[in-house]
Amino acid sequence: MNEVAPTATAQAKLLHRLSHLLQHNWRSLILFIPFFWLLLFFLAPFFLVLKISVAETIIASPPFTPMIEWVDEGIMHIKIVIDNYAYLWEDDLYVNTYLNSVKISTISTILCLLIGYPMAYAIVRSSHTTKHVLLMLVILPFWTSFLLRVYAWMGLLADQGTINDLLISLGLIDEPIRMLYTEFAVYVGIVYTYVPFMILPLYANMEKLDWTLLEAAADLGAKPMATFFTVTLPMTMPGVIAGGLLVFIPATGEYVIPDLLGGGNVLMIGRVLYNEFNSNIDWPVASAVAIALLLLLVLPMMLYQHIQGKETENQ
Amino acid sequence: MNGKRSIFLFSMTCFGIAFLYIPMILLVIYSFNKSRIVPVWGGFSTRWYGVLFESEEVWAAVSLSLKIATVNATFAMLLGTLAGLALVRFGSFKGRTLFSGMISAPLVMPEVITGLSLLLLFITLNEFIGWPSARGFTTITIAHITFSMAYVAVIIQSRLTGVAQDLEEAAQDLGAKPLRVLVDITLPLLAPGMLAGWLLAFTLSLDDLIIASFVSGPGAVTLPMLIYSRIRLGLRPDINALATIIILIVAIGVLVAAWIMFRQQKQRELELKMSEES
Repeated sequence: MNEVAPTATAQAKLLHRLSHLLQHNWRSLILFIPFFWLLLFFLAPFFLVLKISVAETIIASPPFTPMIEWVDEGIMHIKIVIDNYAYLWEDDLYVNTYLNSVKISTISTILCLLIGYPMAYAIVRSSHTTKHVLLMLVILPFWTSFLLRVYAWMGLLADQGTINDLLISLGLIDEPIRMLYTEFAVYVGIVYTYVPFMILPLYANMEKLDWTLLEAAADLGAKPMATFFTVTLPMTMPGVIAGGLLVFIPATGEYVIPDLLGGGNVLMIGRVLYNEFNSNIDWPVASAVAIALLLLLVLPMMLYQHIQGKETENQ
Repeated sequence: MNGKRSIFLFSMTCFGIAFLYIPMILLVIYSFNKSRIVPVWGGFSTRWYGVLFESEEVWAAVSLSLKIATVNATFAMLLGTLAGLALVRFGSFKGRTLFSGMISAPLVMPEVITGLSLLLLFITLNEFIGWPSARGFTTITIAHITFSMAYVAVIIQSRLTGVAQDLEEAAQDLGAKPLRVLVDITLPLLAPGMLAGWLLAFTLSLDDLIIASFVSGPGAVTLPMLIYSRIRLGLRPDINALATIIILIVAIGVLVAAWIMFRQQKQRELELKMSEES
């Protein structure tokens, strides 16, 4: 009996200590778990990409040179190669791809705005029930597969597809128009999949607005056009910017849409990165492309975070 | 003038909704096409559903994707809730800027970059500590948790700033210790947000192609990876059948969710009325 008692007290003591620790440090514990996860699986991989982007390509496993080499005893040799970046800069393919990605995502963002703005406006101004039905209709595609929504357009745009069939049977054209595997198809695909990302932030912004200001402007004799440009548009600008960034950022790095709808004809940076890595197995160049893409998007990304931060503060 | 404007708005909305839904409706219609060539109608048939259900590849991919999505959603819900709590309730702490940056960056990070960087991490880790020795279920799940937890954290943050604050303060005023407030007040109030986060993380995982393609290894093929490898070569009627099934499940899910929310709202209105009367 005497032997058991001390262990029992020790156990109790340990338990007590543990609960004490938990009671006083639970905050740190709550923070530590997600913090550690993100450091390991988000930040560390990012620095790894940065590191590999300044290495040399070699035929080995892994296919790049180490950054730090130990020469003799204790002499560290740091090797940084900027050749990969120079290569991107000098090769017309990469520069053109880069510019083309920006062009496609900019035009797509504008098209999304032109379609999304009136829709968001109409949803906000409609009656209670209609509003909820319309919102549900806009959100529903979100929950279905992105890939299958892109696939749907392959059937519509193909040479023997629904649109060409319709046009031929109406007698408007004799020969099918080539639409699939062109830049046009990429625009359609991007606008189609990203327009809800434009509508929702616009809706969230418009719903909080004071619409009596519009009546005030009208009462004071402003024409509808003038009211729109001097009152409505400035008031909804935060929504326009948030929605625009939510379309522009992912569209620039898009891989699936240019691959499925653009075929080999449309160069976009996300696709080049993917191919560089998987087909050419050139890790340093792929990493340099990734860093270059990130540099392109870092300003829009920071702008978006800034807006979101302000939103949370306002709440 | 006003009439003209509302006609414009009405036609734009109709156009927008048609633009969103016509492609999906056509996808469903052609899944019942007898002909092998998708856009050429050859009569009504359900044979492609048979082809789909008989394919062992499809079943294996569905089961892998569901497994990944379930584990991912559960972990992402837990980690995202902890992150949301830390960001809204802990005030300023060391590394806060870094933490909030890291939690929201995956929301806007291009998928190709996330995929590439995680693959490079897994390869490097394998070299140094021998883990993960094979890529597949585990690596895809870890990658999915990393970006889904960001979405959960956003939902939790908005719920914490919205509803929970008054009740927490009340409990605190009545003398409850902070940990007790967290367990007894905050977490139950967060439950609906956590459920929403779980569902979102589940869907995000089921939908991801790029990140999974990067971090997967030989033999591990998720459903989007399988669909992608088939449609790259052109239109396939069995994929139309699969799309129809997915659209049906999502539509039922959304309708049920809308119905539950509608009933809850009715219930609340009723309770409010009764309390006013008494």
